[in-house]
Amino acid sequence: MTAPWVEITNEPIDLNAMVGTVVDRGVGAVATFLGTVRDVNDGRAVTGIDYEAYQPMAEREMRAIADEIVSRWPGLRVAIVHRVGTLQVGDVSVAIACAHARRAPSADAMREAIELLKVRVPIWKREHYAGGEWTWVDPTQPTTATETR
Amino acid sequence: MPVPVLVFASYADAFGARIVSVPVETPCTVADIVEAMRTLKGGERLPGKPVVAVNQSYATCDVAVQDGDEVALIPPVAGG
Repeated sequence: MTAPWVEITNEPIDLNAMVGTVVDRGVGAVATFLGTVRDVNDGRAVTGIDYEAYQPMAEREMRAIADEIVSRWPGLRVAIVHRVGTLQVGDVSVAIACAHARRAPSADAMREAIELLKVRVPIWKREHYAGGEWTWVDPTQPTTATETR
Repeated sequence: MPVPVLVFASYADAFGARIVSVPVETPCTVADIVEAMRTLKGGERLPGKPVVAVNQSYATCDVAVQDGDEVALIPPVAGG
């Protein structure tokens, strides 16, 4: 099979194109994940997010994650794309497509991919708030809200 | 010869640059580079144990750095 599609991009993410690269005649299930920019975080009204990446290393880590989940779920076909730049509320920041003959491996691999991406891939986000303030999000710091992800 | 270190996000804000020239002699270790960075303007804003990558792989503090290696300081990641 061809190598997994992993990419950091400045452009809007085309999920259908990603799905197109992972489906084939042996695939019976495609699990997809979209991360989108939410209008509130930690109790503050969010107006947009700037994403920044250490692009070559981010793509290496995304490829390593893809390779790891393919090893864990043989036969898996995967695509992972993360957008960088200035995103508005509702924009898609990350997309994952995992295809497999069976639904459980596709769904489990998709979940594993996004969890690993969040802790390993060198990408950062600066949230802008209503009122003009901004901050770099640090998931290692406790938040005042109960929701952490 | 100084080692150029890539910095990102909040660390780039702290140092006021995206590449910081760090005064160390190579070969040295990741720990040597971090300690040298603490002496630079903005370095006081680094956490106790900042994450470092050498040649685009996460590196522990004892990893050796040679002339020409690509060294980067990685703030807490927040992708997704």
